[in-house]
Amino acid sequence: MGVEGIGAKVLRKEDRRFITGRGRYVDDMSVPGMKYAAFVRSPHAHAKITGIDTSSAEGMPGVIGILNGQQLQGDGIGNLICGWAVSSKDGTPMKMGAWPALAVGTVRHVGQAVAIVVAETQLQARDAAEAVMVDYEELPVVTTAVDALKEGAPQLHPEAPGNLIFDWELGDKAATDAAFSKAAHVTKIHIHNNRLVPNPMEPRAALGHYDPAEDHYTCWTTSQNPHVARLVMSAFYNVAPEHKLRVIAPDVGGGFGSKIYIYPEEIVCLWASKRTGVPVKWTSDRSEAFLTDAHGRDHETDVELALDADNKILGLRVGTIANLGAYMSLFSSSVPTYLYATLLSGQYDIPAIHANVKTVYTNTVPVDAYRGAGRPEATYVVERTMETAARELGISPAEFRRKNFIRSFPHQTPVIMAYDAGDFDATLNAGMEAADVAGFEARREEAKSRGKLRGLGMSCYIEACGIAPSKAVGSLGAGVGLWESAEVRVNPVGTIEILTGSHSHGQGHETTFAQLVAERFGLPVDNVQIVHGDTDKVQFGMGTYGSRSGAVGMSAIVKALDKVEAKAKKIAAHVLEADEGDIVIENGEVKVAGTDKKLGWHEVCLGAYTAHNLPDGMEPGLKEGAFYDPTNFTFPAGCYICEVEVDPETGTTEIIQFVAADDFGRVINPMIVEGQVHGGLAQGIGQALLEGTHYDDAGQLLTASYMDYAMPRAWDLPNFKVSTNETLCPGNPLGMKGCGEAGAIGSPPAVINAITDAIGNNDLTMPATPEKVWKALNAVA
Amino acid sequence: MTDVTITVNGREMKGSVEDRTLLVQFLRGNLGLTGTHVGCDTSQCGACVVHVDGKAVKSCTMLAVQASGSSVTTIEGLASGADLHPVQAAFREHHGLQCGYCTPGMIMTAVDMIQRHGSSLDEETVREELDGNICRCTGYHNIVKAILSAAGASQPQSIAAE
Repeated sequence: MGVEGIGAKVLRKEDRRFITGRGRYVDDMSVPGMKYAAFVRSPHAHAKITGIDTSSAEGMPGVIGILNGQQLQGDGIGNLICGWAVSSKDGTPMKMGAWPALAVGTVRHVGQAVAIVVAETQLQARDAAEAVMVDYEELPVVTTAVDALKEGAPQLHPEAPGNLIFDWELGDKAATDAAFSKAAHVTKIHIHNNRLVPNPMEPRAALGHYDPAEDHYTCWTTSQNPHVARLVMSAFYNVAPEHKLRVIAPDVGGGFGSKIYIYPEEIVCLWASKRTGVPVKWTSDRSEAFLTDAHGRDHETDVELALDADNKILGLRVGTIANLGAYMSLFSSSVPTYLYATLLSGQYDIPAIHANVKTVYTNTVPVDAYRGAGRPEATYVVERTMETAARELGISPAEFRRKNFIRSFPHQTPVIMAYDAGDFDATLNAGMEAADVAGFEARREEAKSRGKLRGLGMSCYIEACGIAPSKAVGSLGAGVGLWESAEVRVNPVGTIEILTGSHSHGQGHETTFAQLVAERFGLPVDNVQIVHGDTDKVQFGMGTYGSRSGAVGMSAIVKALDKVEAKAKKIAAHVLEADEGDIVIENGEVKVAGTDKKLGWHEVCLGAYTAHNLPDGMEPGLKEGAFYDPTNFTFPAGCYICEVEVDPETGTTEIIQFVAADDFGRVINPMIVEGQVHGGLAQGIGQALLEGTHYDDAGQLLTASYMDYAMPRAWDLPNFKVSTNETLCPGNPLGMKGCGEAGAIGSPPAVINAITDAIGNNDLTMPATPEKVWKALNAVA
Repeated sequence: MTDVTITVNGREMKGSVEDRTLLVQFLRGNLGLTGTHVGCDTSQCGACVVHVDGKAVKSCTMLAVQASGSSVTTIEGLASGADLHPVQAAFREHHGLQCGYCTPGMIMTAVDMIQRHGSSLDEETVREELDGNICRCTGYHNIVKAILSAAGASQPQSIAAE
C-alpha cells in the first residue's frame, strides 16, 4: 500500500469546501428568473377535499400561479408507486392505493400536499399558500397498525380492504412448528420497534427548470440516487422523457435513506416550471420534513424462540405487524420483508424459522428505509430475544450466543441468505476485551455503593449489505437491477476522472474512491477527481444506500481500472519493446520488471492520446467503463457492548461506555469507517434512548420539530470505542462488506439489554426515557 | 422595506429588506453567502450560527434590521486567504464532519467557545456547550476531539488512547 492507498488514513479531499462554507447544496442553487414555491398541505389526517378556493390567494403580491391535483392529473402526471412487488402468502399481489403528487379527492395524512403556490419570493409564496382556502370533510382516523387491522377500523384505500397491504410469510412453518413441539424451553417476548424520523440536517429541496427553447427539463434535487430519480420520473410519472430530463444531486446534506425516494415535491416543481414558465425552487422547512420525509421502523412483533435441553436453538417464530403509513413509498414493501425476515437467523445456527409479516395502511407519514432498513428491526428482535432467553435460563448471555454461533461457511440459513464468511467469535472476543466484561461485576458493585444501578448489555448483529445481485432481487420482486457503474477517464496529462453511479452525501467517496487509484497506479489522490450526482455526466447508476457504495460501487471502479491498466500496459510494452506480462505500474511509473526501462505514467497517457506509437489496431485514448453486478449480498457482523448507569431516583440513563467491534471486511480508509460507525451508533442510541414519534388520536404529529422530537445532542452520547476485524468478503474484488449502517443496526438492543440488566425488569420499550425506566424499575422494586 | 448596513466579513454591505427578514435570509438571499445554513425553524439546530460583534449568534433568531450597524463574521470570512482558521483545520484533521451541512455552524460555535475558554476547555464543557448544535452524521465524537485539539486542550483518556 502507498501512503494514500488502501488502508491509509487519508484526510478528506471534499472537506475544504465544507469547512469554508463553499459546499453547494440544492438550496444554494440559483438560476436566472427563478421563483419560489410553497405547498398547501392538509391540516387533517383523513378528509375529503370538497373545494379549493384560490381566489384571494391569486390576488396577493408576487403570486405567479397556483396549481392543484386535478390539473396535475389532467396533464397526465402519474401517481407515485412502490417499486418492489411483494405478494401475500396466498399469492395475491400487494394492494397499492393511489398516491397522486397533489391530493385529489382525499387526503390521508397531515402534511400531504394539496396545491402548489409559485411566487416571486419565498415569503410571498408562503403567505399566499396560507390564503388558499381548502374545504375538508373530516373522516375517521387510525394511526397505529394494530388498530388499523381491527374490525370496524377507518378504511384508507378502496384498493386495500381492512387496510391490509399484504400478509406475507417466509420460512418453513411446518418445520418450525415441529421444532417447537420438541422444545425443552420456549422464550416469548413482545417487541415494539419505535417509529423514527430520519432527519438529515439538510432539509429536502428541489429546483425544477423547464427550458421551452430546448424542450428540456433540469431538476436539482436532494437525492441519494439521481439516476433512479430520472428513470422513475420519466418512466412512471410521465414528468419528462428520460433523454430530455437532467437530474442533478449536488452536495447533499445527509440522507440516511430518506433521500432515496422520489417525492411529490420534485415532481410538482418540474411540472410547475413548465406550467408557469419560470424555474421553481422549493425548500422544505424542518416542520415540513417531519410531515413529509419518509419515516422509519414502526413494527409490533411477537417472537418465540425454541431451545433444547442443552440450550441449542431449535426454532424461531416471528409475527410482525408493520405500519407503512398512508401510502406505499418507493421501497416500503421490501423493508419489513426481504430486508428484515431474511436476517432473522442472526449470527446463529437456527434450523427452522418462520416469519409472518402483515403490512398496514394508517393515517401517518409513509414509512420506508431508514439507516439499516429492516435489519435494525431484525437485529432488535433476535438480540433482545437471545438476551431474554439467557436471563430466563440463568446462563451467561455471551456463552449462550457463543454456543449457538455459526462457525462454518458458507452457511445457508432457512430464510434465503447464504452467509459467505465471518468470524463471530473474533468480534465477540474483541468486544468483551475492549469492554472489560471480566471487570464488570466489580464496577456494578462500586456503582451500587454510590446508589446507582449499572447494567451491561450486548448485541451480536449480522446484516446484509452490498445490495445486491440483480437477478436475485429481481426474483424477489424488485423493479430495478442493483448493479453499479463506473467510468475511468485518464486525461492526456495522466490525471484521472472517475465517474460513478454512487452518490456521496457525507460518506467521503471523493477520498475513498481516489484511494483506489493511489493504490493501483501510485498517483496522489489529488490527481484524481470523482464525478457523481449528475445524469448528464454519469451515464447511469443506482446510487447510494444499503451500504453498497464500497462493495458494489467500488467494485465497478476496480473493473474499470483493470481495463485501464491492461491498455496502459499494452501501450508501454509496445513503446519499451517489452513483453506485456513484464510491465508493472507503481509510484506513477510504468516499468519493465527487473530492468531500468520505464516510462512516466503521464508519458503513457499522453501516448494514448497522441496515438503516434500505439500497437497496430489499438484505438487511441485511455478511457474505460464497467458495470458490476454483485454475486451475493455481503455480511458485515460484529459485537456491540453497552454499559449504562441508571439513577434510580430519576430513571435517567447514562451511557458509561459503548464498545463496537465490527467486521466490515477490507477497510479502505479507517478514519472514514470509524466516522461511519460513530454516526450509526448515535442514531441507534438515539432510537434506544431518545427518539419517539407520537401521533395523537386525530393523527396530528405531536413530535414535529426539534422542540418535541429528541434528536441526540453531544451531551447525550459518550465517546465510542471502535475497532475492526477484517474477515474478507469472498464475493467482491476488494473483499469489502460495507460499514454505513452497522452502528444503527447493532446498537439499540445493546442499550436496552444494558438498561434492563441494570433495573432488573425486562419489560421496557424504546425510547427508554427516564419516565419509562423509572416506572419499569418501580414496577419490580 | 428598511435599509440596513451591516459589515460582513470586513466589508460594509447595504441592503433594503422587509422588516421580517431574518439575518440568515439576508446573508443567504441578499448577499449570496450560502455557507450559513438553515436546518430547522425553531432555533434548535445551530446550522446558522455566525458571529455578531464577536459573539456566536443563531442568525435565524435575529432580524436583519437588528443586525444593522453590527459587524458579522460568517464561515466564509473565517479563514485568512488560503490559510484555514485553526478550528477549520482541526475539523478536517480529526474528521469532524461528514455531509458538511451542520459544519459551518459547528465551527462558528467552536470558535466562540474556544475564545471564551481557551485551553482550559474540557470534554464535559464542549459537550454541554454544543447543546445548540445538532449533527446527524458524526455522533459528535470527532467534533469534540477537533474542538479540544483546536483549543490546545487535553483530550479525555478515552479519546487520547486512539
